[in-house]
Amino acid sequence: MRTATAVAAPIEAHGHNHWSPYVDNGGTTLAIAGEDYVLVASDTRQSDGYAINSRYEPKAFVLSNNAVLGTSGCVADAKRLCEVLEQRAQLYQHKHDRQISTPALARLLSNTMYNRRMLPYYVFPVLAGLDSEGRGAAYAYDAIGSMERVTNSCFGSAETLIQPFLDNQVARNNQRGADPERLLTRQEALKIAIDAFTSATERDIYTGDYLEIFIIDAAGVHKETRELKHD
Amino acid sequence: MFRNQYDNDASTWSPQGCIFQVDYASEAVKQGTAVVGLKSKSHVVLAAVKRSPNELASYMKKIIRIDDHMGIAVAGLTSDARVLSNYLRTEAMRSKMVYGRALPVGRAVNAIGDKAQINTQEYGRRPYGVGLLVIGHDDTGPHLYEFSPSGVVSEYYGYSIGARSQSARTNLERHFEQFADMSLKELIVQGLRALRDTMPQGKQLDSMNTSIGFVGADAKMTILDGDDTQPYLDLLDEGDAAMDTE
Repeated sequence: MRTATAVAAPIEAHGHNHWSPYVDNGGTTLAIAGEDYVLVASDTRQSDGYAINSRYEPKAFVLSNNAVLGTSGCVADAKRLCEVLEQRAQLYQHKHDRQISTPALARLLSNTMYNRRMLPYYVFPVLAGLDSEGRGAAYAYDAIGSMERVTNSCFGSAETLIQPFLDNQVARNNQRGADPERLLTRQEALKIAIDAFTSATERDIYTGDYLEIFIIDAAGVHKETRELKHD
Repeated sequence: MFRNQYDNDASTWSPQGCIFQVDYASEAVKQGTAVVGLKSKSHVVLAAVKRSPNELASYMKKIIRIDDHMGIAVAGLTSDARVLSNYLRTEAMRSKMVYGRALPVGRAVNAIGDKAQINTQEYGRRPYGVGLLVIGHDDTGPHLYEFSPSGVVSEYYGYSIGARSQSARTNLERHFEQFADMSLKELIVQGLRALRDTMPQGKQLDSMNTSIGFVGADAKMTILDGDDTQPYLDLLDEGDAAMDTE
């Protein structure tokens, strides 16, 4: 006869306290691709729950091949991902004696992220640059590197507010009589990006403070900054 | 030097205190075409003669970029140079990742010096058959170093290695006190002037066989080849013409 020696685990609600390696630092990033340029806009507020860590902590990074990596999610992972990606772009340049192209870098980013399939980078990046024909290219990813080339994309805390807006105004979905193939001009894209963020700032507590806008074209990367509401 | 009983491997000293395998490796450096390096208060410059094995082939790469702030010129076994430059590039990137700052040039050169030393002491290994002139700019200013197969590393105001480099060194010795205040353009032309002294009779420096590299406080590591070297070669000729008319 076997005496019951196993002790039943105490019934406590410890599931709530379980430590997570991930932190969502909030904020939003969008990208719009055009005929000969691509635009990346991201806010600069960094949060942790109801606390603001910083009002100005950029989330989009310029890479040495004049591409821009826009990020959202966990800032520590985003920064590291950017450093790792930049290193791999440098290795490419050393090996091939020329800068890595945007499509190649896009694939490289996908592989880099999938390599961490078991403990992913908690980042939802968007990679923007000119493709090999000089046309604007934006690539959108999930946290494990699933990639898609797009003309418009938004990730982050306000993605559910902004993406539908982009679907309608940039891709012209659900508009009768509109031409969905037409790409936006720079001025149109800039206006839409700014309007998207000012609206999202009103409704999403994690989005606000400052807006950084990168425009990449044949002349290089041009950065602009706008103020957003600080509340 | 002649074959002797002390030159079979790198772990044997000769009675005179030489490790012949290391000396032989230095001979390989002397077989490479000349490279010249010189520095001012703000910039460091490399000038190199490129060799082409035959008319069908392209010219060999003499100057290699390591990072935005560092580059090397090569004399000797190009394959050994590639291995060392890959190592330097990895170290430079690692420095940025680990410490968030560009690799100090002195530290980089000591790292390859230590690597080379291993090959002069361990049984079964052979010394690297390449000499390097390493240029770079870090927070202590511009630097020029010589790396040799023995693992010895020295810092210079101006130096030259490779075939007939003594002529270049003599030229540099005569003028080095003026380097500090030279502009980048003057420094490059001065380097070409010294490099020209290493050319054999009947051969000229031209845009096909000349390579120029420079880095400085306000200049990322840049390498000029082909047509990009022509303006400086023209300045070299103008300088000669001016001297002739004096």
